[in-house]
Amino acid sequence: MNNISGIAAAAGIAIAKAFVIKELELTVELRAVPDPEAEVARFHQALAVSRDELNVLKERTLQELGEEKAKIFEAHLHIMNDPELIGPIEAQIRSGHCNAEFAMQETSNMFIKMFEDMKSTYLQERAADMRDVTKRVLNHLLYAKSTDLSSIHKDVILVAEDLTPSDTAQLNKDYVKGFTTNIGGRTSHSAIMARSMEIPAVVGTKHIVDQVQDGDLLILDGLTGSVYVNPDQETVALYRDKQAAYEAQKLEWQRLLHEPSVTADGHVVELAANIGSLSDVEAVLSNGGEAVGLFRTEFLYMGRDNMPSENEQYHVYKTILEKMEEKPVVVRTLDIGGDKELPYLQLPKEMNPFLGLRAIRLCLDRQDIFRTQLRALLRASVSGKLRIMFPMIATLDEFRQAKDILLEEKDALVREGIPVAEDIELGIMVEIPSTAVLANLFAKEVDFFSIGTNDLIQYTLAVDRMNEGVSYLYQPYNPSILRLIKMVIDAAHAEGKWVGMCGEMAGDAIAIPLLLGLGLNEFSMSASSILPAKSQLTKLSFQSAQQLAEEALNCATAQEVAALVQANNEKLTVS
Amino acid sequence: MNKTFIITSKEGIHARPATALVNVAQQFQSEVTVGSNGRNVSLKSILGVLSLGVGPGEYVSFQATGEDAPAVMSAIEAVFEQEGLGTVHE
Repeated sequence: MNNISGIAAAAGIAIAKAFVIKELELTVELRAVPDPEAEVARFHQALAVSRDELNVLKERTLQELGEEKAKIFEAHLHIMNDPELIGPIEAQIRSGHCNAEFAMQETSNMFIKMFEDMKSTYLQERAADMRDVTKRVLNHLLYAKSTDLSSIHKDVILVAEDLTPSDTAQLNKDYVKGFTTNIGGRTSHSAIMARSMEIPAVVGTKHIVDQVQDGDLLILDGLTGSVYVNPDQETVALYRDKQAAYEAQKLEWQRLLHEPSVTADGHVVELAANIGSLSDVEAVLSNGGEAVGLFRTEFLYMGRDNMPSENEQYHVYKTILEKMEEKPVVVRTLDIGGDKELPYLQLPKEMNPFLGLRAIRLCLDRQDIFRTQLRALLRASVSGKLRIMFPMIATLDEFRQAKDILLEEKDALVREGIPVAEDIELGIMVEIPSTAVLANLFAKEVDFFSIGTNDLIQYTLAVDRMNEGVSYLYQPYNPSILRLIKMVIDAAHAEGKWVGMCGEMAGDAIAIPLLLGLGLNEFSMSASSILPAKSQLTKLSFQSAQQLAEEALNCATAQEVAALVQANNEKLTVS
Repeated sequence: MNKTFIITSKEGIHARPATALVNVAQQFQSEVTVGSNGRNVSLKSILGVLSLGVGPGEYVSFQATGEDAPAVMSAIEAVFEQEGLGTVHE
């Protein structure tokens, strides 16, 4: 049994015989043509046939996969009509009296090379589009016929150097159980198509085509990126079980997508997502996120050489609020400094950046930056349900100062006649132990808390989690952390306020029953963790989780806490 | 008529938004060019637009010459908004 690994491009497990696609070698040779005008006409003839094919593919993709995917072929059509491509080819045929396929290949290769040299991996992969278009036209110029993928009529896993978007669009899902390729990455078109067609795929294996024969039995694991060639009986049986489990889980997640996040005994919580940019919003909605629990606005400021303007920020905030359609969006004001630097701010190097001038401290010091962001947020507030949150609050004074600045900007906007929402909730991140300890006093003044566990753990246990020598001290389940969380939640609830959590802990399967039991209201995590978390939560009993949390608070070590949760896993779930 | 945008999408101007932008150029009479990092290309050429290799945090400027230039600009702005591509830079 041979195990080949690649990039997991589309989830799922497939077990079937290999169907190896042998690329027809498109050999292009330079030939002299006697009549260049006739050759140009032959070139246009090939373009016309290729366009017809693409129009058919585009229509079919539109019907079967939707507008988004059909756009790929619209892009290909544009390339085929592009004067920057056609012009140089015609010119070369005319001036060099050379054959159309040679001219086409020369010009295409120039564009392919240009895309491959680009700095963004996303744009690098556009070389694949150029290859696809070139191959299609060359096929007609050379009268070659490629493998007809729509003619496959038994269960197979396709094995190929690469699958072009056109290849992928022709696949018949009833028979093609998965595919694996030598090249490609997670953002290749074929990978994107595989995900939307829900065909498991492993790409970027480098050399699978050489290692697999037609008819070999394959196991393709699109979850881990492994492909097994001619596996033994035992492995096949193991993967049949995994396949069944995955299919069952997928069905369950699909069912849960629009279900409320409520425990088996009727306790309601909110499952939210952490995002870093506008383009993350789609994943929040497609994974059933009920809110954005943390929008890290740093992304707007990073990777550039000046501050984003008020208007630029306004447009981003407004668009996110609109896309979330009245679902709450918690925006954290700029959290820069520490490990996140902005070169154009020219902040002095610090001995202890994590204890230094960062986040709200920096914003209160550089109020020009802070006020610009607050104005942009306030202007956007009428476009949805905005919640504003200040990071790294250590004292009540800081919160009061930040709130005063916010209110000043709000008054200024109202005086200018610009509408501002009246119901913006204002909260703080709880990530410094001093704030957790005084939570009962903060709770009288804020509308909500969001616990940032990554920093809270770092500051409570005095551990730099990037330092491997002490990373064992980074203990989310340490009872001290649980007690701090309890203090914060109890303090908030006593004042009728809600508490969220936006650290990694909120999506952790061991932490979830504990946090639920402690009374956490909102769990904010990466979008891909939402459905697994919902699946776990809907089976839990709130009452048992409360008892468990009570016991965990009296454990002595993090190991005891983890063992306690694992030992009680069955008792916690209601069947 | 000129307008500058900053790209906020993390993929930059990739195939789909480039297609939408080229569609705009083909709908109007005005000559439209797009420039970034010191290069200018016709908005009618998708390869030209992609060849600019515009990534997140970078600026792109559009120039439209013709009677319907204002309409071109608002159509371009609409593409930026729909595609989550970026925002107007003042």
